[in-house]
Amino acid sequence: MTATTQAPAPPEATPPRLIALRRFAGEFATRPTAVAGLAILVAVTVLALAAPLFIHASDLDVINAPGQPISPPSARFPLGTDYAGRSILPLLIWGARPSLAIGVIATALTMILGSTIGLLAGHYGGLTSKVLMAVTDWFIALPTLPLAIALAAVLGQGDTSITIAIAVTSWSATARLIRAQTLAVEARPFIERARALGARDDQLMVRQVLPNVAPFILVSATLTVAGAILTETTLTFLGLGNPTDVSWGAMINQAFFQGAVSAGAWWYILPPGIAILIVVLGFTLIGRAVENILNPRMGR
Amino acid sequence: MSSTSAPLSAQSLDALEVPPSGGASGARDFAHYLTRKLAAAVISFVMLLVLGFVIFSLMPSDPVESLTRGHATSARQMQFLIRQLGLNQPVWERFGHFVANTLQGHLGYSWQFETPVSTLVAQRLWPTILLMGSSTIVSILLGMWLGIHSGWRPGRVLDRVSTGTAITFWSVPTFWLGIILLVLLSTGFGPIPSLFPAGGMSTPGTPGGLTPAHILDVAHHLVLPCLTLVLVSFAQYQMIMRSSMVDEMGTPYLLTARAKGLRDAEVRRKHAVPNALLPSVTLIFLQVGTMITGAITVETVYSWPGLGYLTYQALQIPDLPLLEGTFIVFSASVIVFNLLADLLYRYLDPRVRRA
Repeated sequence: MTATTQAPAPPEATPPRLIALRRFAGEFATRPTAVAGLAILVAVTVLALAAPLFIHASDLDVINAPGQPISPPSARFPLGTDYAGRSILPLLIWGARPSLAIGVIATALTMILGSTIGLLAGHYGGLTSKVLMAVTDWFIALPTLPLAIALAAVLGQGDTSITIAIAVTSWSATARLIRAQTLAVEARPFIERARALGARDDQLMVRQVLPNVAPFILVSATLTVAGAILTETTLTFLGLGNPTDVSWGAMINQAFFQGAVSAGAWWYILPPGIAILIVVLGFTLIGRAVENILNPRMGR
Repeated sequence: MSSTSAPLSAQSLDALEVPPSGGASGARDFAHYLTRKLAAAVISFVMLLVLGFVIFSLMPSDPVESLTRGHATSARQMQFLIRQLGLNQPVWERFGHFVANTLQGHLGYSWQFETPVSTLVAQRLWPTILLMGSSTIVSILLGMWLGIHSGWRPGRVLDRVSTGTAITFWSVPTFWLGIILLVLLSTGFGPIPSLFPAGGMSTPGTPGGLTPAHILDVAHHLVLPCLTLVLVSFAQYQMIMRSSMVDEMGTPYLLTARAKGLRDAEVRRKHAVPNALLPSVTLIFLQVGTMITGAITVETVYSWPGLGYLTYQALQIPDLPLLEGTFIVFSASVIVFNLLADLLYRYLDPRVRRA
């Protein structure tokens, strides 16, 4: 066998997961909405990460702001000024940072919580599953914003409490999805094989089931980020955010409560909302595309 | 559960779900179903009380300190407050008091309004019901219509445009859309004059009551908040209805209807829509939670004197008893609507009665 020169390349050369990944990337690239969503997110992320390079602390300082309060766009201030006379453009770019950071961290927490509960409920079944799923269903039914408001209000203003509030209110949908997928994966023969070889419960869950449900965690994550950013801006708008922070929700809060409405200051109100819209839309487009690729029956 | 009918004999657990056939047991059957759903709702409510207690009574590190923040307070006054709030009692006793009080409708005293929370909630309940009710009806009608027509011809122009619009509006923060409408239609922008009032539920200084003038005034104030809620929420109904229409598309009974020679619109209206409505109706009831979320921010933007605006006012202090009250009322209403959805679904879909 080793002597034959014309043997085909051994199929083990590329691991099956890599092939699946390539096929996935290929399908993703053929969808214009998915590519558009990805482009939006890459652009916004790069801008947010690079912001400290071209925005200085003085641009964000409320005291000693260079312009008149709430003045329309001009050559010096391309997007006009805010209630303190700061230029809105740098504020807008800086505002991406807390929104993205909180959205991503809250989503990571949500995924950890939701996947753990989903995996446990799917793997153990029986009473464990019943109790966990009853709690999950109950959380799904609870209205998100009142619970998030209650949590954030009790924990005090700030990013940490907003992040916790988002994670606590959004893990349940993920748990449900991951439980269903865990059940599907565990019905497959390789799980029985692993079990016959003496794998323990934790090994089964972490090494066999988790890699197979990972794509669904990814779908859930992209859609959760979109919701998390919306909740974050809503909570910040209601005044639960860090009061000194520059964020999109805080900008709309300041615009609304500092008289931008009666002044008709569209340049103050429009940009942060459009920014939120674009980022949320980006995540939603990607999430829907990934969902479609993984489960073609769902879309169309 | 003590039924002696045949199917209950062997598989005890599964059989609970399978009612015996026959007309006479139908009512008893429904009683079983009702008991089960009511019990589930009661358990949900108890869990809600536990959560409310944990959040508002156990999580704040020191309620007395937050209560007296900004005021010079002597040690004796602190002691008095601790005793008055019952903070020196064991946790279980406090939980017992809390449950007993809540069940009797005592939700505590608001710190900022210095009135019982239940009185405030009762005052603010009707404006919220008016706003949420009107916007829900309009968005259901709009969403259903769009869903039926875009699901009937998936991939066509109407489907693409309306699905795109729906996703876009879903991505918009509700409060921001409200502010935009406020600037456009209330402040007036460019050629647009000021068409609608900026906030509140009626013009201050005008007499209330059920006079035509007052009703018109309230309706005038209702337009913008209602429009905002409709714009952000019709998408959900549209997507639900669209997907259940798409599910019906390939079914044989539609082929039969077409083979009979019915016109396309008739096949849709008389055959596809009634079947597609079934799954949608329940899902619509389950959307109440999202409507509440919208109501909180929209009421804040338009200072609509409802429970959502009350929540916002409570947040500014933060007035914890008031927040707790609105949290429990909002969540309990979702439990009630879920129960209604279950009952309605059983009533609407005969298959569930036997499944």
